Amino acid sequence: MKQNTDGAGISENVDLGRRRAIQSGGLAIAFLWLGGGGVAQAMINARRQPGDAAAALADGNPPFAPNAFIRVDTDGAVRLVMCSVEMGQAIYTGASMLLAEELGVGLDQITVEHSPASDELYGTPLLGGQITGGSTSTRATWQVLREAGAVARTLLVAAAAAQWHVDPSTCTVDRGVVHHTTSGRSLGFGALASAAGKLPMPGKVQLKDPKEFQLIGKPLRRVDSADKIKGATQFGIDVRVPGMKIATVMACPTLNGKLAAVDDKAARAIPGVVDVIHIDDAVAVVGENFWAAKQGLDALEITWNPGENANLTTEQLRAALVESSLNGKSLVAREVGQRPAGGTTVESQYHSPMLAHATMEPLNTTVFVTSDKCEIWVGSQVPARAVTEAARITGLPVDKVIVHNQYIGGGFGRRLETDSVEQAVAFAKQVSYPLKVIWTREEDIRHDRVRPMYHDRISAVLDANGRPLWYGYRTSGGTVLGRFAPGAMGKDGMDSDAIECAIEPPYEIPNLKVEWIRHDMPPGLVVGWWRGVGSTHNLFVIESFMDELAHHAGKDPLEYRRALLQKNPRTLAVLNLAAEKIGWGGTPLPSRVARGIALGEPFGSRICAIVEVEVTAQGEVRLRRAVVALDCGIGVNPSSIEAQIQGGLLFGLSAALYSEVTIKDGAIEQSNFNDYRVLRINEAPLIEVHRVENAEAPGGLGETGTAIAAPALANAIFAATGVRLYKLPVDRKLLVQDASALKDVISAVSTGDGRNVT
Amino acid sequence: MLSLSVNGESHSVDVPADMPLLWVLRDVIGLMGTKFGCGIAQCGACTVHLNGQPVRSCVLAVGSIGSKAITTIEAIGDTPNGKKIQQAWLEVDVVQCGYCQSGQIMSATALLTRSPNPSDAEIDAAMSGNICRCATYVRIRAAIKQAATGKPEGPQTIVSSPAEVAS
Repeated sequence: MKQNTDGAGISENVDLGRRRAIQSGGLAIAFLWLGGGGVAQAMINARRQPGDAAAALADGNPPFAPNAFIRVDTDGAVRLVMCSVEMGQAIYTGASMLLAEELGVGLDQITVEHSPASDELYGTPLLGGQITGGSTSTRATWQVLREAGAVARTLLVAAAAAQWHVDPSTCTVDRGVVHHTTSGRSLGFGALASAAGKLPMPGKVQLKDPKEFQLIGKPLRRVDSADKIKGATQFGIDVRVPGMKIATVMACPTLNGKLAAVDDKAARAIPGVVDVIHIDDAVAVVGENFWAAKQGLDALEITWNPGENANLTTEQLRAALVESSLNGKSLVAREVGQRPAGGTTVESQYHSPMLAHATMEPLNTTVFVTSDKCEIWVGSQVPARAVTEAARITGLPVDKVIVHNQYIGGGFGRRLETDSVEQAVAFAKQVSYPLKVIWTREEDIRHDRVRPMYHDRISAVLDANGRPLWYGYRTSGGTVLGRFAPGAMGKDGMDSDAIECAIEPPYEIPNLKVEWIRHDMPPGLVVGWWRGVGSTHNLFVIESFMDELAHHAGKDPLEYRRALLQKNPRTLAVLNLAAEKIGWGGTPLPSRVARGIALGEPFGSRICAIVEVEVTAQGEVRLRRAVVALDCGIGVNPSSIEAQIQGGLLFGLSAALYSEVTIKDGAIEQSNFNDYRVLRINEAPLIEVHRVENAEAPGGLGETGTAIAAPALANAIFAATGVRLYKLPVDRKLLVQDASALKDVISAVSTGDGRNVT
Repeated sequence: MLSLSVNGESHSVDVPADMPLLWVLRDVIGLMGTKFGCGIAQCGACTVHLNGQPVRSCVLAVGSIGSKAITTIEAIGDTPNGKKIQQAWLEVDVVQCGYCQSGQIMSATALLTRSPNPSDAEIDAAMSGNICRCATYVRIRAAIKQAATGKPEGPQTIVSSPAEVAS
């Protein structure tokens, strides 16, 4: 159903603007309808802008700063300013490659800098602001950063040509040097910087023919690796400001609860404790070091006012969501044709859990508030939003708030939020010294902004051969977009993230209806972006269901999908490549060992994952092997692409196998890696990544592997055991080969270690 | 006042004996390469060596260390195995966000020291205490083998193009 070509008689009930936007994928839909909605216009530009003067001044006023991204100093040093933030996805390397390719330098000749907070200079049109998310960074900057490099190169060449009185077109650039081969003259960028800085901006610039690329397409080493392997990279948590004290905090464990009273006598008596400060829902103990602060926090006697969520449980939330999915008001996201009267109907319901991010670097922010200035050191995916919030809390004008962005020890969407920054500013404005606020791991999980829970009803009407004539998808859940960017919701209140990858499935299905039911969570249970966002959840449901349909039709899951992809050659190609590489249908596999396929088109890429599992008689799932085939269009750095797909897939498999946030008495029950289990190396399979290479526009990568993981796993488990998993994470009890036999074994060997095995 | 031997230097620190080594390193001595991840010895981000053995510094009371030699990520490259591990980490390009990698490299170096040519099973056993949320596990395995054998394991990265400056 990529395109309905036979037109007549088929109703296409869809907002075209929404569809165009959704094709760009994920979070990228967030800001497209804002128009005059109050968010600054994204102005990322290859040429110098009015705002560049201040940014260049803050950067030491280099003689050559032709745009917001390139600084060339007199000594020839080339500094590249990164418009996205680095949180592991290798965007500092990818962005540097785009700039350096056209500028004419090697990656070993540049250094990178975090950008200052500025929607105007570093905001991308795809997200409408300085936001790193939605797997958009390469897609949004592929053109403009190469052009920025070309603008700089053009000016440097013009400066050299003017000095030599030659035609610029007779000059070449290589590794930071302009050459005039026929006369044997050369000048380095440093020697040309001052002259180039005085030239007017060029008009149209010539970008390289891809055949001439020297960097793009090569597996270049990350620009941040050398420091990261020595422990020399400064993450937010590593910031040290003179006179700084360190705080750790506890907010009311009950979501939306408030602070009633604190007895801090014992805490203040602990050596090294400096202060105990409050805001309306949290307490911070300030120490000379983290340990003193933590000892102080543990010594507090806090009385909370738990508020309206005091008795809230996951079960209540789930029951209310299921009720909404039946009787709630649905919005039609897309409807094509009619549900046929005849045919066979298949229907299923799927549950997806709430999830925590659990980034390795716990949330932290360092803030110094004085009477006329607020300085913030934090690793943030939304630095400009952090400025806005800090200005609101301190009452200072936005130009008196300075955010120094830092390397991020894992984002996954958690650092698209500013809650921890807001809290740190609210504490720091109460004290006279710079304050570093570090959340414990327990605080980080208990006060995560979780991936929402979902309840989905999916159905299909099949013809006599088992091919779908119609597919219906009714997804229910909280809205992340509606909170994060309410202005980006559709006119009818539609959340385009919620139906990502659902409204345009890759398969040829003539009729469909996709609906969304908004089901808000109680106040205080704030839902947030989680790697892969809407795509991760929808692809689990849709690709599990496709396997159900194949099973219903008595067809091999690969052949069933193939037959429905005949008009979608790019996606068919990744399916075929993955099947070939894993040897689908080849040597028979042992008992309870099997493979599952899932494919999709998340974030502007095409991806197929085939996961091979073994399910033990006791219901343990072992990941044996995974093969991924990917079409992400033009690839900037094949090494980073492989790393993102491997890591992204494992991130998704980790969640599908183990992860769920649950609520009891209004509080998140999980608190650390002992009760919020994540995948470890001994559980990680080998993962092969193969690419279909072409010259299509770049697709997103950061979340693409995650989005396809859960259904490939669930389909493999079905193939191994015959058990269809309608709920995540994997419930091993359902997979036990002979439950009664296992019980006997367990009771026979019971060691009385307190574990409850049922 | 306690005396600690950190990376070959003696440090006198005025801290309580029950203070975990992690916070002494980070907040008192100022070595920020060793990371806080969980505080309960579950994630391995805080791994350092004590007389060459990997330990979780977030739960190691500083008063229990005595004269044992503490080695952190900042100095592990001065040991032959630490240097080999770091070099392999670069060639394979293991890191993503990098936050856990100090601990990964400390655990991997200790593994290589006690088992110069570790099997997959040995690698999994030795490294399973170190969580990586970016899930760089496939490349961690490759890099440990590469460090052990000196032979390329999987695709290698290059420093820049053209080739004359490649690694």
